Amino acid sequence: MMRNWVAAAFVGLSLIGTVQAKPLKVIGPWEIAGIDPAQSGYVFSRMQVAETLVSVDADGKLIGGLASSWSASEDALSWRFRLREGARFHDGSPVTATIVADGLRKVHAATGVFSQAPVSAIEPDGNDVVIRLAKPFAALPAYLVNFTTIVLAPSSYGPSGRVERIVASGPYRVKSLTPPLNMQLEAAPDWTGEKPGIAEVDYQAVGQGETRALMAESGEADLVFSMLPVSVERLKRNPKLEVRIATIPRTRLLKVNAASPLFGDVRVRLAIAHALDREGISKVILRNPDLAATQLFPKALAGWHVPDLPPLTRDLNAAKALLADAGWKPGADGILQMEGRPFSFTLLTYASWPELPPMATAIQAQLRQVGIDAKVSVGNSSEIPARHADGTLEMGLVSRLYSIVPDAIGTLRDDYKTGGSDWGATGWGSEELNTLVERMAATSDPAARAPMQRRAVQILQAELPSIPVTWSELAIVSNKRIAGVRVDPLEVNYGLASIRWAE
Amino acid sequence: MARLVLARLLQAGLVVIVVGILCFVLVRFLPGDPAMRIAAGRYGPDANITEAAEGVRRELGLDRPVLVQLGASLGQLARFDLGRSVVTGLPITKELGIQLGATLWLSGSALALSLLLGPPIGLLAGLRHGGVADRASLGGAILLRSLPPFVLGLLLILLFAMTLGMFPPAGWGTWRELALPALTLALGLAAVSSRVARDSVEAVVRTPYLAYARLKGLPETVVVRRHVLRNAAIPVVSYIALQAIYLIEGVVVVETLFGIPGIGHALVHAVIARDMPMVQGTALAMGLLFVVIAAAVDLACHWLDPRPRRT
Repeated sequence: MMRNWVAAAFVGLSLIGTVQAKPLKVIGPWEIAGIDPAQSGYVFSRMQVAETLVSVDADGKLIGGLASSWSASEDALSWRFRLREGARFHDGSPVTATIVADGLRKVHAATGVFSQAPVSAIEPDGNDVVIRLAKPFAALPAYLVNFTTIVLAPSSYGPSGRVERIVASGPYRVKSLTPPLNMQLEAAPDWTGEKPGIAEVDYQAVGQGETRALMAESGEADLVFSMLPVSVERLKRNPKLEVRIATIPRTRLLKVNAASPLFGDVRVRLAIAHALDREGISKVILRNPDLAATQLFPKALAGWHVPDLPPLTRDLNAAKALLADAGWKPGADGILQMEGRPFSFTLLTYASWPELPPMATAIQAQLRQVGIDAKVSVGNSSEIPARHADGTLEMGLVSRLYSIVPDAIGTLRDDYKTGGSDWGATGWGSEELNTLVERMAATSDPAARAPMQRRAVQILQAELPSIPVTWSELAIVSNKRIAGVRVDPLEVNYGLASIRWAE
Repeated sequence: MARLVLARLLQAGLVVIVVGILCFVLVRFLPGDPAMRIAAGRYGPDANITEAAEGVRRELGLDRPVLVQLGASLGQLARFDLGRSVVTGLPITKELGIQLGATLWLSGSALALSLLLGPPIGLLAGLRHGGVADRASLGGAILLRSLPPFVLGLLLILLFAMTLGMFPPAGWGTWRELALPALTLALGLAAVSSRVARDSVEAVVRTPYLAYARLKGLPETVVVRRHVLRNAAIPVVSYIALQAIYLIEGVVVVETLFGIPGIGHALVHAVIARDMPMVQGTALAMGLLFVVIAAAVDLACHWLDPRPRRT
C-alpha cells in the first residue's frame, strides 16, 4: 500500500515537473543581431516581449497595443493616444505617457521608418501621448505598429543612452538573452491581460532551413517558422506535425533602372514582363504556382490588390513584337541589338533569401528566349542600394516587404517617389503617382482612399518601374502537442501567449 | 624551458601586431562600401540601407582618412581594448566570451572524444599491424576523413536525431546539443590521429629495444605501458597541434549546420558585415589560441621526451 502511494506520488511529481517546467521551444531563422530595437525590435515584438502603441489583427486591421484608443484632431494635425490602464513594465514600474513620449522622440530622431513620418512634436498629457504633425498624415497609427517603435522602460538604457537590456511591457519578459542565437522568456508577473498558456519560451535562431525542418521532424521543437518550400510537402505528411501557410505581403520583383538606355522605354519593360514565366518559377522554386505575381501587391494586402486588373502573363510573341517596336533587332548570335549595341546587362541579386539566386538564373534563361542577355551576379544585399545610389544598377532581383508599415502607403511613398529608393524604382517618377500618394497619406477615410489606391496600382502596372515576379508565403510548422497556434501574415505578433499544451 | 616560454610570448606579440594590421587592411580594401555593408548587417535586408549607411558613416567616422582610422584602431589594440562590434554594439570581449566560449566547448569536447577514439584504435592497429583491426581502422579512417564535415554531420543527424531520437539535430545549451556536433568533428579528427598513432606504434614495435623488452620476458601489458606508450606518444601529441587547424576549418561548417553560436559562425558574419573590430577580435583570439596550443604541445613533448634536456 505504502509502496503504491510512493510510486503514485513519484509519477505525479514527475508529471508536474515535465508539464510546468517544459518551455515552449520556438525555432526561427532570425538572429538577434543586436539588442537595439532598430535592429532586432521585430524579434521582441513577434515574441510578445515588447509592445508598440498600435498593433494589427490577422486581417491587417489596426487594433490597440499599448494604446487602448486613439483619435485625431479636427485639423488632423494632432493625434492623441490613450495608454492602456494599469500597464506595467517588466521591472514593475508603471508605463507613463512621459516615458512613452521620451522613447518615441528618440526613435523619431534615429534611423528607421518612424523618422519618415512628418512629426513635429511628441508630448505627454496626463495618460495620453500627443503627437503633433507638420502636415496631415492619416497613416500615423500604422507607422506606430513598426517594431522600431516598441516602448521600453527607462531601465533598459545604459549610462550612454544605449539600449542594454529589454525591459518592456508584453506578456513575456526576457529571462536570458544570448545574442545572436538564443533567448529565453518567462511569463511577466505584472501582465494584466490573459495569462500566457505556457509560462516559459525558449527561442533559438537556426539559419539553415533544412536544419529547421529536422528540428520539427525530430520533435525537438514545438513551433518552427519559415520552412523552405522543398520541405513543406514532406512535413505535411508527418502525422505528428501541423503545417500552416500564410500569404505574406512580400513580392519578389525585378528592380530595373528606368534611367538606363536599356530600360528607359516602357515597351522594353513590358516586353520583359511578358517574357517571364512566373508560373513556372513559382511552381518549381516555390512549389506553389499560385504565387505567380500577376500584379505588384499580393491578395494579402486588402485594398491594394486589384482583382480585375489585367494580369501580367507570359506571351513571348508580344514580348518580341514590343522589343522590335522599340528598335531592338536580333543580331547574328541571336542577341538583340540596337545601333551595334547588344541587349546585354548584369542581373544583380543576393543570397539573404535562398530562393533569389535560383530565380535569377531562371529569369536569365527566360530572357534569353527573347534575345536578351542577362549575366547573373550574386552579391551582398547592400550592393543593390549601393548601385541604385551611384546609378550603375541595371537590373536587380529583390524581395520587397510591404508590411514594414502595415499600410502599404508607407512603402509606396518611399519606393515610387521620383528617383525611387533602395528597394523601389530607379530613375523613374510619375507626377500623378506622387500627387496621389500625398493625397492618400492625408486621407483617413477608407472609402475615399479606395479609388486612389486603385489608380496607383494601375499606374504601377502600366509603367512597370519594377516588374513583379512572385509573391510569398510563410510556412509555419507546429507539433500537435501544442494548440492555439495562429498565423500572423503581417508578422507583427505571433500570439505565443495563447498557445497551450494540447490535451 | 624559460627560453621556450619566452619564444612563444614573443610569437604572441607578433601575432597581435600582424593580425591587427592585416585585419584592418583586408576588411577596408574588400570591394564594397563598408558603411553600406555594416548598415545591411545591422538593420537586415528589408531596411532602407542608404539612409542607415549615412548614419553609420557619421557614427563610426568612416569618412576619416584611412591612415587616421588605422592609427585609431592600432592605438585601441595597444591599450588592450578590442572595442565594440559595429553591428551588434556589444563589447567584443563579451561577444568573444559567448562565441569563443561555445567554440572552445565544442572543439574541446571534440578533441577529447577524438583522443578517446583515435589513439586507442591506433594502438591496437599498430601492435598487430597488417591484422584485421589495422585494415578495418584504415578503411574507416579513409571513409571518415574523405567525408566533408557537413555530410558527416547530416548523416549523424539522420541516424541519432531522426531515426533513434537520441539527440536534438541542432541547438545549443546543454550536453545533449553538444553531442552530435562534437562527434562530427571528433570522427574526422580520430580518423587521422588513429593512423598517426598506428604508424608511430608500429615504428616503436619494430625497434630493437622493444624486441629486447619482450625477449627478457616482460608481460605484454608492461611492454605496452612502459615502452610503447611514451615513445609512440611524441608524434601523436605534436600532431594534435596540427589538428587544431582541422578544428578551425571544421567548426565554421559544423556550427552553421548545428546552429551553434560559435566563433566560426561569428567570423563569417563579421566578414560579410565588414564588422572590423569583430573580425580583428576573432582573428586575434584564434591566432593567440594557436600560440597557446603550440606552447602546450611544446611543454607536453618536453615532459614526454627527456633527451633534449640532457644535451
